[in-house]
Amino acid sequence: MPQEHRLILKHADQPGYTPDLECYLHHGGYDALKKVLALPPKDLPDGKKLSPQEQVREDVKASGLRGRGGAGFSAGIKWSLVDRRSGKPIYLICNADESEPGTFKDRQIIHKDPHQLIEGMILSCWANDVKLAYLYIRGEMPQGAKLLNKALDEARAKNFLGKNILGSGYDLEIYVHRGAGAYICGEETGLIESLEGKRAYPRIKPPYFPAVLGLYMCPTIVNNVETLCHVKHIVNMGPGEYAKLGTPNNTGTRIVSLSGDVKRPGYFEIEVGKVTIGELINDPAFGGGLRDGRKLKAIIPGGSSSKILKAGETFKLNRKGADGQMTKVDVPLLDLPYDFDSLMAAGTMSGSGAIIVLDDTRDIVAALANLADFYAHESCGQCTPCREGSLWMSKALHRLTHGHGRKADADYLLHIAQNIQGRTICAFGEACAWPVLSYVKKFKDDFEAKGAADEARNAAAAKH
Amino acid sequence: MSAPATTEAKPAAPTAAPAPPPPSDKIKIKVDGREIEVPKMMPDWQGKPQPTTMLQACQLAAHEVPHYCYHPKLPIAGNCRMCLVEFGTPQMGPDRKPVLNEDGTPKIAKSVLPYEPTTPRGAIACATPISPGMEIYPNSPATKQMREAVLESLLINHPLDCPICDQAGECKLQEYSVQHGQAESRFVEAKVHKPKAVDLGPRIVLDDERCVLCTRCIRFTKDIAGDDALGIVNRGSYNTIAAWAEGKFDNNYTLNTVDICPVGALTSKDFRFQMRVWFMKETKSLCTSCGTGCNIVVGSREEKVYRYEPRQNDAVNSTWMCDSGRLNYKWIGRADRLQKCGMRIAERGMLEVAWPTALKGISAKLASAPSSSVAIVASARQTTEELWLLSKLAKKFNALTDSVARNGEGDKLLVNADKNPNSNGARLTGISGPQLGANLAKIAEGIRSGSIRTLIVFGEDVTKHGIGADLLAKLDTLIVSDILPNATTAAAHFVLPGCAHVEKRGTFVNVKGRVQKFMKAVEAPGDARPEWEFLHELVHNVTGQNGFSTIEGLFNQMAHEVPGFAGLEWAKLGDTGVTVQI
Repeated sequence: MPQEHRLILKHADQPGYTPDLECYLHHGGYDALKKVLALPPKDLPDGKKLSPQEQVREDVKASGLRGRGGAGFSAGIKWSLVDRRSGKPIYLICNADESEPGTFKDRQIIHKDPHQLIEGMILSCWANDVKLAYLYIRGEMPQGAKLLNKALDEARAKNFLGKNILGSGYDLEIYVHRGAGAYICGEETGLIESLEGKRAYPRIKPPYFPAVLGLYMCPTIVNNVETLCHVKHIVNMGPGEYAKLGTPNNTGTRIVSLSGDVKRPGYFEIEVGKVTIGELINDPAFGGGLRDGRKLKAIIPGGSSSKILKAGETFKLNRKGADGQMTKVDVPLLDLPYDFDSLMAAGTMSGSGAIIVLDDTRDIVAALANLADFYAHESCGQCTPCREGSLWMSKALHRLTHGHGRKADADYLLHIAQNIQGRTICAFGEACAWPVLSYVKKFKDDFEAKGAADEARNAAAAKH
Repeated sequence: MSAPATTEAKPAAPTAAPAPPPPSDKIKIKVDGREIEVPKMMPDWQGKPQPTTMLQACQLAAHEVPHYCYHPKLPIAGNCRMCLVEFGTPQMGPDRKPVLNEDGTPKIAKSVLPYEPTTPRGAIACATPISPGMEIYPNSPATKQMREAVLESLLINHPLDCPICDQAGECKLQEYSVQHGQAESRFVEAKVHKPKAVDLGPRIVLDDERCVLCTRCIRFTKDIAGDDALGIVNRGSYNTIAAWAEGKFDNNYTLNTVDICPVGALTSKDFRFQMRVWFMKETKSLCTSCGTGCNIVVGSREEKVYRYEPRQNDAVNSTWMCDSGRLNYKWIGRADRLQKCGMRIAERGMLEVAWPTALKGISAKLASAPSSSVAIVASARQTTEELWLLSKLAKKFNALTDSVARNGEGDKLLVNADKNPNSNGARLTGISGPQLGANLAKIAEGIRSGSIRTLIVFGEDVTKHGIGADLLAKLDTLIVSDILPNATTAAAHFVLPGCAHVEKRGTFVNVKGRVQKFMKAVEAPGDARPEWEFLHELVHNVTGQNGFSTIEGLFNQMAHEVPGFAGLEWAKLGDTGVTVQI
């Protein structure tokens, strides 16, 4: 029986658990911080010494932790890319601009267990010699910002934050910064621009890689809320124990936001790869299945930007056979393990961990038109292909949903989307092109039938 | 306007002289299949050495990569995506050594989309540094398709109003559409409509529908002019350029944004709807509004000047000029320009005469003038050659000479406090001392005491500079050349109509000692002649010295005789001039 495995959300929904510091301390809060501050330097076989900070950085790398924000990039490698020789201060930013449609995991942590995030941030800052960190929270989460500020005040009062933390000589300050309501502020370089007080125009890479030229042109680490929380557990459990959670290269747990046409939408923390998409949708412990009499039409597996998966699809995945050899195996959609690599192999991504289920009552053209509208509204407009293409796709799709479609619109849409992906400054280009590319390719008949029907009807009306 | 890049570098201090790069500072790459060695580092927009970009490398390989947002003198934005090019890099094996083809050449891994390995992934040439062994494919089908797609995107919401657009004829949308675009539009949706004829500032009108949002104007005013007045409002396809308050884009450099706007979005209130650009003649010239000597292109048609635009000279003005200098051309076509020679006859007053009569009359007067009885006031707005010819007259009569200082406010960018274009020309030719105007009081005193009986004035109204009409009335002979009538020309015995600088050729020496030449754009009105022409005749008549009757010859002779210009030749001045020691 697949089960939730609550690590991050272990206490969050327990009766009586509050976001207050006292409650957090009662549940072992800030023990990880005390632990690392007491770490001695480690002797290496070659006679060199590994500083406590370096040990934690090595542990995060060894844990296999991958970013929970969307790209799934190794957190340890991200930290190792930071330019530590520039002489400039290193900044850390917690990306709490959770805006991907379908995603509602970070807000659970912020609202129910803010100190866990703060401890994770302090640990990450300490491990990276960061003296000043920012918590960039989505503008639409005013309550979260309030809770975080209260939690920061509590932590400061107990000297978990501020000057000379717990007598260790380490200084750190964290500030909450509220966004102003734009999806693009979740893109890390857009976020940095926004934090600097500018329009959140993502930066060109090269040369502006945050690890080298980030906030105020200083080396900067940007990590997702959930990712930073995991650092606490890696410190507590040790990287070896932590890596036993989940599956190889897809370690730990992650919170899945499940929404759409299921009986029990909600958030579920699972060991990565230990639960399949089918189980997440149908198992009573998770989604509880589709509504009665409905059939599955499609799944958006990793937030609205991810490529859609069609009911009945099978995918070629590498599986280790009984003889230990890797072989390609056909895996039906519902048997896909929910992890980073399996979904990538299925041609999509686990993204922000948000599954949106569509049943057979859903009009795929209307669904795509709705999404295209979102992306046309959220495109920052900095670079040409996305600025012009996102609205173009939205207009074409709304023409289709308003009875003025053409059979050729399916290919028309594919052409527009193909001219966006891979040609933009940031990944928003992919985010707005992938839904169009995947929906139209996989449901081409629906799009063509709708366009053809419109053409026939309009031609008949023109004759009268 | 896209002035051709000049290669002439600023003559730097000896310590900053760039040594020729050793061979290790070069990188071998291939551009369109041809191997080329390019410098590892090249100057960025501020002139600082930075890793060479693909765009710079392609330029060195004579491949022009189309672009909108990139400008060599502005920070890189990378937003237009027009410069996307397909490329490849040497494939590395697990041992970090290059993988070789069967013939021993390195195997090139073309850049592809990580999630779709069959689709090429372009890089923006403007911001991507080259690496050893890199191959750039500026003409591959994939590159062409990327350009075509970007152009299509830029055009779908464009109003396509070329017939009434001032930019037509010098528009990058037009040019690239012809070179890289598609013949037909697939777009069947309604276009986005945006504000038209927005009053951005006192000199600028913005058509937001024509704008391609390259942000050149924003970057220019923020990073070059230092006035963060422009920005983008709204989102996505509704993005719109706006000033922080309507009409408040009013610094002294706003018109440069019209030059660098690659499309017809920003237009000059002064120039819009005045003249089709393809009808105009373009003449290399100089701005005369201050001592900086910004290099310009004069746009004229049928002897009328329509606009000044800056011309690149990295030793002087980069690619910019100030608004006040740019718009200071209207006096050239004024209706009250002096057009006839005048000669005052005692009983009959001022008569219009022909040039030979006037020059003969002046020569006769001067022939009988005793030494030290003549003084010369010559404007530092006259050309160096003219000032030098006047200095020859001065020598003959042992005359007191001077120019008029013209001081105002300068700024940090281009505007100089010295409002004369040729103060250093006056100094180098000896017409004035180090301090312009220091002799004016002596000249006035000489006239008052009667020791000075003849005054020659070129290009100044001396009544405003301490030599009043009462003093002028005491002179036996007052010879005046000017462009416009004034109190001095009114008192003159001889009036010689001169030329505006756009009506003649010559040189000015700017405040930093840059000797720069300018060309003739339009004909002078009426009988007006370039001063150097008739001065040359006058010098010959009075001193008996013959000289060259061409501006080239005059300049070369001057360079031969005046130590400050030693070694210079007209032909060697080039388009951007040569700096002399001041």
